Amino acid sequence: MLDLGLLLTLYPPPRRGAMNTADQTAIRVRGLRKSYKDLHVLRGVDLDVARGSIVALLGSNGAGKTTMVRILATLLKPDGGTASVNGYDVVAEPERVRESISLTGQFAAVDAILTGRENLVMIAKLRQVAEPRTVADALLERFGLADAAGRRVSTYSGGMRRRLDIAMSLIGDPAVIYLDEPTTGLDPEGRLEVWQVVQDLADGGTTVLLTTQYLDEAEKLADRIAILHEGAIITSGTLAELRELLPPAKVEYVERQPTLEEIFLSIVGGKATSGSEEERR
Amino acid sequence: MSARTYSGTGVMLGRSLRHITRSMDTVITVTVMPIAMMLLFVYVFGGAIEAGTGDYANYLMPGILLIAIASGVAYTSYRLYNDLQSGIFERFHSMPIARSAALWGHVLTSVVSNAISVALIVLVGLLVGFRSSAGPLAWLAVAGILVLFTLALTWIAVIAGLSASSPDGASAFSYPIVFLPFVSSAFVPTDTMPAPVAAFAEHQPVTSIVDTIRDLFAQRPVGNDIWIALAWCTGVLVVAYAIATAVYRRKIA
Repeated sequence: MLDLGLLLTLYPPPRRGAMNTADQTAIRVRGLRKSYKDLHVLRGVDLDVARGSIVALLGSNGAGKTTMVRILATLLKPDGGTASVNGYDVVAEPERVRESISLTGQFAAVDAILTGRENLVMIAKLRQVAEPRTVADALLERFGLADAAGRRVSTYSGGMRRRLDIAMSLIGDPAVIYLDEPTTGLDPEGRLEVWQVVQDLADGGTTVLLTTQYLDEAEKLADRIAILHEGAIITSGTLAELRELLPPAKVEYVERQPTLEEIFLSIVGGKATSGSEEERR
Repeated sequence: MSARTYSGTGVMLGRSLRHITRSMDTVITVTVMPIAMMLLFVYVFGGAIEAGTGDYANYLMPGILLIAIASGVAYTSYRLYNDLQSGIFERFHSMPIARSAALWGHVLTSVVSNAISVALIVLVGLLVGFRSSAGPLAWLAVAGILVLFTLALTWIAVIAGLSASSPDGASAFSYPIVFLPFVSSAFVPTDTMPAPVAAFAEHQPVTSIVDTIRDLFAQRPVGNDIWIALAWCTGVLVVAYAIATAVYRRKIA
């Protein structure tokens, strides 16, 4: 992984004016602060996420990504600043915010003792959607979990758990979905599966705020990338805009070796979309 | 509570009841220990204990039931602790459902699972000579007191589950509670104990509860004991509930 600190010392971010996109903004964060005793995790974060876009919050471990997501998910109260989601303030109208969002946390929040189908039906009932069973079956099909639907989640692989986790987050069609490090701890195949799901989500018009410490993940998925470093967003923009921060590209001839990931995937024959591959084996 | 709280609690109850039916070993563990103790006291110690009644199994039953409940609630804090660790509580808390629903699901599950183990123990009790002439009303009163006792201990278990930092710590709180019946009128009359011990035994909650249930089973008048028992259970319940909800609120901000 690139060293963010070094990168930013070499190329300090330009000053950016505040955006003004009132109705098109799904998430609006201004001057958000949060400290744990003497540890200042967030020191004035500003962030805008446009409706229907994928924004990656990129940062090293301990940069404050999870704290930020927990505040936006009403699990944690900020010390200062404001944050609104879908037009609702996270402190003043948490109930409204919860109706607008879904959280897929860092560790798959699934019930290992229940089956995949039972997990989905449970969330559907809690969200009081009509016909919980039909909703569950449709999601099982969509996420390639239909064959494993009746099995306890404790028998699932990491990738399957993560897919179930994300499927659970889609119930009730929330306007905004937070994915906190969705691919951490997954094998390369599981990672590609999750990437496909995130892409499909955004294609369907859902706003996605994604946190990640993997640069390639942000590069691959995000419409905009915000870099969180030492408690503040030090730069944000599209990949192209971020590229402009660096000196123009030089043409160099480099012999291209296949990456280990490419070798691994070609040997085991994994594909990004082969959803039910794992269950059959 | 709103309609949303009720429906949310119903779903949560269904969820953790499934946990119990899929790990019946937890119910069995909770049931086997008191049954073993019952057999031990009836067939080994019972002959030597002068309890002043004809049938020692009858004398013993209320205390055994309380021990079963005291060890049974430990699983509630264990399950609660696991939920907090696994992240599923964060999912529930970020959803538009009443936040108390997640706790109530565990509490009601505790009542159901303890009712199952109490029923099993009474059945085994019948095999070793437990008999009661109590009518439906007295049985109902016994059930009511046991449910109140379970609720009171369960909310203590909730405090433990919420504040524990390890799964062992989550269930350790129940050891002293399991021990309380031994220093009460559950196994021997308190007047056989040295004065200071007897004083403690007579003024701790278990004795009044045991005496009440024993009188109800035997169709004797219950006297003041029932009010002392109810006062203890309700008092502990109210205090534990208040502390548990305060801890919960601080925990989930």
